[in-house]
Amino acid sequence: MDAHAHAHEMPWIRRYVFSTDHKIIAIQFLLMSLFFLVVGGLLAAMIRWQLGFPSEPMPGGMLLPDEMMAPTPAGAIMLPEFYNSLVTMHGTIMIFFAIMPLLVGVFGNLLIPLQIGADDMAFPRLNMASFWMAFPAGLLMLVSFAVEGGAAGAGWTSYAPLSASGEYTGVYLGQQLWLISLTILGFASLAGAVNYITTIINMRAPGMTWFRMPLATWALFITAILILLAIPILAGALIMLLFDQTIGTGFFLPASDGEPLLWQHLFWFFGHPEVYILILPAMGITSDVLANGARKPVFGYHAMVLAIVSIAFLSWIVWGHHMFQSGMNPMLGTTFMITTMVIAVPSAIKVFNWLGTIYKGNIHLHTPMLHALGFVSMFIIGGLSGVFMASTPVDVYIHDTYFIVAHIHYVLFGGSLFAIFAGVTFWYPKMFGRLMNEKWGRIHFWLTLILYNLVFWPMHSIGIQGHMRRIYDPTQYEFLQPLQPINQFITVCVFALVAVQAIYALNFIISIWKGKKAGNNPWHANSLEWTVPSPPPHGNFELVPIVYRGPYEYSAPDVEEDYWLQDTPPPSETAAPALEPQPVAD
Amino acid sequence: MSQPAASTADRHPMPGMMVYNVKLGMWIFLLSEVMFFTALIGSYIILRFAHPDHFAEPGAVLNVPLTAFNTFVLICSSVSMVKAYAAITQGDQKGLKFWLLVTILLGTFFVGVQVYEYIILAQEGFVPMAELYGVAHEIEGAALYGATFYTMTGFHGTHVTIGILCMWFVLYRAWQGKYSADNYGGVEIMGLYWHFVDLVWIILFTIVYLI
Repeated sequence: MDAHAHAHEMPWIRRYVFSTDHKIIAIQFLLMSLFFLVVGGLLAAMIRWQLGFPSEPMPGGMLLPDEMMAPTPAGAIMLPEFYNSLVTMHGTIMIFFAIMPLLVGVFGNLLIPLQIGADDMAFPRLNMASFWMAFPAGLLMLVSFAVEGGAAGAGWTSYAPLSASGEYTGVYLGQQLWLISLTILGFASLAGAVNYITTIINMRAPGMTWFRMPLATWALFITAILILLAIPILAGALIMLLFDQTIGTGFFLPASDGEPLLWQHLFWFFGHPEVYILILPAMGITSDVLANGARKPVFGYHAMVLAIVSIAFLSWIVWGHHMFQSGMNPMLGTTFMITTMVIAVPSAIKVFNWLGTIYKGNIHLHTPMLHALGFVSMFIIGGLSGVFMASTPVDVYIHDTYFIVAHIHYVLFGGSLFAIFAGVTFWYPKMFGRLMNEKWGRIHFWLTLILYNLVFWPMHSIGIQGHMRRIYDPTQYEFLQPLQPINQFITVCVFALVAVQAIYALNFIISIWKGKKAGNNPWHANSLEWTVPSPPPHGNFELVPIVYRGPYEYSAPDVEEDYWLQDTPPPSETAAPALEPQPVAD
Repeated sequence: MSQPAASTADRHPMPGMMVYNVKLGMWIFLLSEVMFFTALIGSYIILRFAHPDHFAEPGAVLNVPLTAFNTFVLICSSVSMVKAYAAITQGDQKGLKFWLLVTILLGTFFVGVQVYEYIILAQEGFVPMAELYGVAHEIEGAALYGATFYTMTGFHGTHVTIGILCMWFVLYRAWQGKYSADNYGGVEIMGLYWHFVDLVWIILFTIVYLI
């Protein structure tokens, strides 16, 4: 209680802006990454305009400067250079500034201390620094649109030599800002990862054994390890590329006998663990929500943990599957094909365990549950199209087509983003003390699910028919012209999909003030965050919680309710508890 | 369930790793440092195997005896760091300050020699791109050889410099009497970082200068 009273004495700026409280930092990350989610979505809408209606005047295009849109009497037409920047920045912003901070920054900060029963992170000030590096990095990325030459235009993967010299893309400063921004973001991610790992190893409450941790925390722990080991590889590669552009080195430039392929190896050695950084926390969140919605323990808890661990391990030895067409030794291609196929095993274990979790459950279709079910079904589709691409003979044909675009959006949008919607709705009370509106939540879910599939499903088909992944004007190829109606259909659906997200945004904002008061445990869940008020006070727990059981004791026969909080003493011991709860040490 | 859900062993506080947070955090951070240098060293190895003609024989461009001596100095600084740590575990404040100062001086000497080496090498034309650096001509292959050399040793030098700055901070705290025989965590994690940087140098010296 002391800590709580103390928090109120702090000036406003220390409490809400430069806060060291993990819950406030989680909200900061949430607002930041939702902002970037909107930005990334608008960039996607512009990309789709050009693909659906190539070189036709874009509505509202006159608002953009002449370097981006060529003004004509009929309206402004998108320039090819700007289209390249759009494709690059949509990918970069969505991956690094929207999905990654949403999963790792928001849920890592909010859930880890609460779910393990700690009062805060191990290094609260480092945690604050993490946000205040990530946010300026994002602003720097946005600023690059305004500099001469525009924003980076070499794709989110920035393959060398295209990215290594401004002569090839016409983008000089923009590409350098891209590199610097991501390096700063890397520092932010590392600060977070060190914090998460230390906190989980060292600050678990009494009784919180490894195998009593909720799967969300497990997933975030393994994700933090991936970040810790993968981000420095990216940092090294980014710095070398920056040197190639600025101080005359030739790491990736064929002109100095450098190795362009080395960039791809470094990038994907980081990039494939990154793919799992973007999905593992989503899997953890889904597991928590599914068990809650089905009122059943997670099926195969230990197998779930081991599957996360083995996916994380395998993610280090599959990077070459991004490079089947790169001119890499074909023998390596076969090796990478096999290791990639192996990942399907732990992924399938997780999917079957989710199905086992809901099988014969007493299913409550609340909004988070709907989104979690959406995650599982979309992840199955995305996972299966992944197997197509993993096999080299198929990949030769579909590489760099819209089939790839469809796949990544099925795992990142259909997968990660649905889990994010599930998680934000589920833990919204722990951030704002209120529940989001259930009716509008469901309407948003169904509209999003339908429109999302209308957008991305046809991309499989146009990809198989040869529609290239990064192409400014598909109508310039005769064989792509018959696909134009599909392109237009996708574009119209994208606009609807983006518009529908306004429902979620309004629901989110209005519920902060008008939502139903949540109380401690609105979902009747078991883990420790539901034992404290919503939102939890500074320092989280009044007394150090003592953990007696795992987090998924739903519908246990020993208790009357269908949930059993992790810190409720077992019935036999309620009369005379052997161990008194200890006051929180300051 | 008749059996209590929590066994006695589980009811004790979870002790974690029996290592205090900051030390554990430093170990975890150093893991990421390993990966960072892996990226740089791995790139060097790949580029050198792909284009052996760009990389001169050991000693042809680089001054091996000078750097060998510099390596010796850095190893000595690790020894003095250990002496500082040993002193404070015994509560010896004077020893702590003395050995920290020695470590700072040795580290600074190391960075100084490295800067001197860079200047000489640049004058000889060992730069990635002559026209960028106001040098008449560049040594053949320096766009790769020089690039990898300066990137790897430069990032190591940056780590040493950051270490020295942190060590000044530790020394300042030692002067304030913040450390004691019961409270020497700051010195210990400083030492961890310093030994790590030292270890990286031994690897870099071997593969850049000797092999």
